[in-house]
Amino acid sequence: MTWLARAVADVERDPETVYALFPRAAREGGPGARAELLRALGKALPDPAAAVMKLYWQGDAGERLEILESLPQLDLGPAALPLVHDALRTNDTRLVAAALGPYGSAWLDDHAFRQGVLKCVFMSVPLASVEGLGRRFDEELRRMLADFAAERRAAGRPVPPDVLERL
Amino acid sequence: MRIFDPHVHMTSRTTDDYERMYAAGVRAVVEPAFWLGQPRTNVGSFLDYFDALLGWEPYRAAQYGIRHHCTLALNPKEANDPRCAGVLDELPRYLLKDSVVAVGEVGYDSMTPEEDRVFEAQLALAEEHGLPVLVHTPHRDKAAGARRTLDVVKGMDPGMVLVDHLNELTVGMVHEAGCWMGFSIYPDTKMDPQRMVAILKEYGTERMIVNSAADWGRSDVLKTREVGEAMLAAGFTDEDVDRVLWQNPVAFYGQSGRLTLDDVESGGDYEGNTILRGTR
Ligand SMILES: [Zn+2]
Repeated sequence: MTWLARAVADVERDPETVYALFPRAAREGGPGARAELLRALGKALPDPAAAVMKLYWQGDAGERLEILESLPQLDLGPAALPLVHDALRTNDTRLVAAALGPYGSAWLDDHAFRQGVLKCVFMSVPLASVEGLGRRFDEELRRMLADFAAERRAAGRPVPPDVLERL
Repeated sequence: MRIFDPHVHMTSRTTDDYERMYAAGVRAVVEPAFWLGQPRTNVGSFLDYFDALLGWEPYRAAQYGIRHHCTLALNPKEANDPRCAGVLDELPRYLLKDSVVAVGEVGYDSMTPEEDRVFEAQLALAEEHGLPVLVHTPHRDKAAGARRTLDVVKGMDPGMVLVDHLNELTVGMVHEAGCWMGFSIYPDTKMDPQRMVAILKEYGTERMIVNSAADWGRSDVLKTREVGEAMLAAGFTDEDVDRVLWQNPVAFYGQSGRLTLDDVESGGDYEGNTILRGTR
């Protein structure tokens, strides 16, 4: 039995074991192991939101990233939005980009979503990586990007092409 | 010259330092948790610090092409403050993290009974987690502190113990005990590059580890490089220098099984944005 198969069985039998297994899962179980454990947690608990949140708050940057990426598969409704807001407050492009994945795009309110997109522009996260940008693009976001472009031009600095093409 | 700085408090340093370190050949660092100059008054303050060592600081280092790992512990100075004792209860879950390559800095500051208790508790945690231990030796009463340290770690595999901040008076006993020997090269205290070379001539390069221990005090992140140059000037070979400045720290922290240097060893371009590359 592989480390991962054993860990999944442990979590399905006793969800509390996930807190000691999840931090080690990437090095012991390989890529994708953390997503597997989160899936097992979702199966073991009728409402896994509290456990997923605890894993995130106790996680390092790598754990947090994989939790954000797994949110769309976990069927948590808007309960995990505080995690998305937390990731958007960081200065880590990986976390900010993951926050604007399918889950964030589905649940963030308009104001937070626009601020997130603008933050991506500032951090040079490609806008193509923002899930559902076409669907959620609105007049206010267009104005914010236009103001950003004007500020760049006034400073004699180039406007990124992925901003220009959306004006 | 490729350099692994096995003890440097990057949280206290600027991005200019990261640039200068990269230019000098530094490709990997270990940042031990220590005290911040200002004593902390509660456990949460430590946890935010640990989180920064596991999140923001490695991210910052990666932007300058440097791989960042850390060691975590309740440091000896703050071990004496009962308000911080709860850190020991939180440590076990932190010691599971991927980039934690040792327990440290542990050891003595003023050699109090509280320090004894916290030191021994953390040695037990290290054994439980299969991690090596980075031991700080006190600045005051150093020789007595080093002797007492060696007594405390006696039951452990000496290969899992790095005794740091050594000098001419303390190196001998640590050499004899079979532990790894750490030397912090400072602008005006502890060790300087010439004295370091003299010690290497006397004891050889085996189990010898050199660090800048740079922090918020008067210190210099390029001292490791200066030691490498002083070694070459004194007739040591490139292989000797690589052994002290790269292979030895890699061998010591590698015992954790958690050292990942694939990116930096292949010399991949970091300007191409490691960070974004890592997400897709
Ligand atoms: Zn230190």
